[in-house]
Amino acid sequence: MAWRFRLAPEKTNVDFFKYQWLTFGGSMMLTVVAIVAWAVMGLNFGIDFRGGTTIRTEASEPVNVAAYREALTALDLGDVAITEVFDPSFAENQFVAQVRISPQDGQEAVTPETILLVEEQLRTIAPSITFPSVESVGPKVSGELIWKAIAAMVAASLGIMVYIWLRFEWQYALGSVIALIHDIFITIGVFAIFQLKFDLTIVAALLTILGYSINDTVVVFDRLRENLLKYKTMPLRDVMNLSVNETLSRTLMTSVTTLVALGAMLIYGGDVIRGFAFAIFFGVVLGTYSSVFVAKNLVLFIGLDRGDKPKAPGKSEFSNVEA
Amino acid sequence: MKPLALWKRVLILLVCAWGLIGAAPNLFYGQVERHNDAAAAIEAAGGTASPEQTAALAEWPEFLPSSLVNLGLDLRGGAHLLAEVSVEDVYKTRIDAMWPEVRDVLRDLRDQVGSIRRAPSPDGVLRVTISNPAGMAAALEAVRGLGSSVVTLTGVGQSTIEVTAEGEDIVVQLSEAEKQATDDRTLQQSLEIIRRRVDEVGTREPTIQRQGENRILIQVPGIGSAAELKALIGTTAQLTFNAVVSRTTDVGADPGPRNRLLPSIDEQGVYYIVEETPVVSGEELVDAQPSFDQNGRPAVSFRFDTTGARKFGDYTAANIGAPFAIILDDEVISAPVIQSHIPGGSGIITGSFSVEDSTQLAVLLRAGALPAKMDFLEERTIGPELGADSIEAGKVAAMVAGVAVAVYMVASYGLFGLFANIALGINIALIFAALSAVGGTLTLPGIAGIVLTIGMAVDANVLVFERIREELRVNKSPARAIELGYERALSAIIDANITTFITATVLFTVGAGPVRGFAITLGIGIITSVFTALFVTRVIVEIWYRWRKPATVAV
Repeated sequence: MAWRFRLAPEKTNVDFFKYQWLTFGGSMMLTVVAIVAWAVMGLNFGIDFRGGTTIRTEASEPVNVAAYREALTALDLGDVAITEVFDPSFAENQFVAQVRISPQDGQEAVTPETILLVEEQLRTIAPSITFPSVESVGPKVSGELIWKAIAAMVAASLGIMVYIWLRFEWQYALGSVIALIHDIFITIGVFAIFQLKFDLTIVAALLTILGYSINDTVVVFDRLRENLLKYKTMPLRDVMNLSVNETLSRTLMTSVTTLVALGAMLIYGGDVIRGFAFAIFFGVVLGTYSSVFVAKNLVLFIGLDRGDKPKAPGKSEFSNVEA
Repeated sequence: MKPLALWKRVLILLVCAWGLIGAAPNLFYGQVERHNDAAAAIEAAGGTASPEQTAALAEWPEFLPSSLVNLGLDLRGGAHLLAEVSVEDVYKTRIDAMWPEVRDVLRDLRDQVGSIRRAPSPDGVLRVTISNPAGMAAALEAVRGLGSSVVTLTGVGQSTIEVTAEGEDIVVQLSEAEKQATDDRTLQQSLEIIRRRVDEVGTREPTIQRQGENRILIQVPGIGSAAELKALIGTTAQLTFNAVVSRTTDVGADPGPRNRLLPSIDEQGVYYIVEETPVVSGEELVDAQPSFDQNGRPAVSFRFDTTGARKFGDYTAANIGAPFAIILDDEVISAPVIQSHIPGGSGIITGSFSVEDSTQLAVLLRAGALPAKMDFLEERTIGPELGADSIEAGKVAAMVAGVAVAVYMVASYGLFGLFANIALGINIALIFAALSAVGGTLTLPGIAGIVLTIGMAVDANVLVFERIREELRVNKSPARAIELGYERALSAIIDANITTFITATVLFTVGAGPVRGFAITLGIGIITSVFTALFVTRVIVEIWYRWRKPATVAV
């Protein structure tokens, strides 16, 4: 066989259950940490979910956050957040900032007059300033968007669960959905801990993670199902190990190609898409881990009914009865 | 190895060819776009072309396909608005308009119901107090007679109005079925009017869609800002013809109940007190044209539909010598005195117009007024430079991803990796061809979807190749191993992709805007990658195998 670049040896025989309590504990802990972080720190919702206005500014003068803030305080717009955006793809004299204005009382979207005032104020500080994007979402829509995002996640999980249940058995469906929840919660936890902006595109990313992770899990399950028929007397745990080992090389290959592509997106995709690319990148790593260590372990815990398993030769229901 | 049937191979190659040819225009986006624009302009002009248009037309050959992937707002720049139509406004107008009719039928029953008086009531509800409650039954029946049946599929047999008695009051409001029918009409009309107004500026492919019960999504590429778009659509433009009560110069004048004080557009400091309930509203106008009055001054002539004409005719007959106000956007355009009965439903608006004014007013009237007020729930402006930057970044990322994955596949699977790469190339072409064909919109997350597809598309091939390796290890003949590899990987590939497809479907259903764009590319990407991995590489492998007849296969 010609030379081949390999991520995993030709034939592996790793015992994936050796540290099952460690991985299980680790997963549990991370999930709990993620939920706590989410509950305590909250998510840094973008305007999609909290309403308000964001204005992206671009100028050839360096961004002076304090001066920007001072200029806008005069307008009495309530809560104003200004963050400078850094990106390696920016030109030398390209300075970008994101100005976020909280929703204004009594109006759905911010009026053009208000935006014009903001733009005028900022222009006095940075004459070269331009406004490549202005987005405004009213509180009514943002509330609905949160609800829709949650509905999407639940609907997708249910859809997947039903499909796996139909194609496999309920234990697989339960195992994979818990593994999915694990992936999603930890990813959300990371967004909470680092206070990364959480908006609609991140929901799309989470759903993609859902799709990817289940994809990975199903490949393992599919092999497991095949091997269960092939090795009818082998203990469940060993069949699982065998199945994961057999598919390991594929799992790593696919994860790496996907990560390579996402890595390119993360580095070269520009700052607008970075949060989205990051969420998927992180989720793919997590999804790969969970399909190897979480989903099937859960199936093992629940146990599979291998009713069609023939009894070992020489044994019958009475074989252990002393005659 | 048993080769695929000839017709299958031909079909597969045809699909590939379609993908490559269909995707090709996107490589020459600017040229093809100019060609398409010119072709559309020439067709609109009835076949006459300017020299520039002829030149633009020649930039892309006619015989090649010219469908392009739509670029989303986040890539092209433009404005996005989500408007909520206050459908309840229309209930109020409708119910208010019923008052004269209700009054008239009850008047005819005066000996049974006694005196009648309109009682205060919330918007959209008409409350009439009668002094003799004994006649309530007769009154209810008479008022119910004013309703007609609802003309929708679901509302068949139901009356348009709901009339109930509450003590001494008769309460009239629109029935649920009629409210729904009215909402539909209001939305349809708003959509149509917005479309006409946006079309006036001749921008390319605006999206104007109804969303849910009472919302309208408007996306216009290439427009400077959402504020501009809002101004173009106009938020409250309403045309009505109302009876004038009096004329005053006092801005603080009390108009009295059910009357309104409105300024005159062309007479400084003059205000009109008009009846709140219009005689005829702009919805009943069917045509408006700039013209000249008998003195040769610019004017606008107009024509009502049948119901409008009847109402207008009755009113003018009964009110000869009285002034009559034409109101646009809460301003009185003019208040001519009714000279004579106008039976035909057409008339002429005179005022101190210039020719431009009358032309513009005619356009405004023709385009119609929005039937109800709109609130803007979401406004987004994306500058074209930002979009161009994103396209550039996306291109670079896709290229780097493609090359890295290709190199990696060859390093891992050698010749078979190369086959997978050819399939990957065809896969990307198919995605673009499919997107162009269905008129899908490419958004920034959509590009991310393609990049993700590049990474994941090889997955099916990896599954097959790994399987072939396994089969080779148990010493099957190469041909048999390849065949088994494809066969045995199938169920994993199908299951894995269907589950991902489920999430893509959910994303498409609940997502809006860019998220939906991502769902489309993801969904199409799944279908095309399964196709290329299972069929395209297989055909390539078969051709290669029969050509080289290798004794051993290295995967």
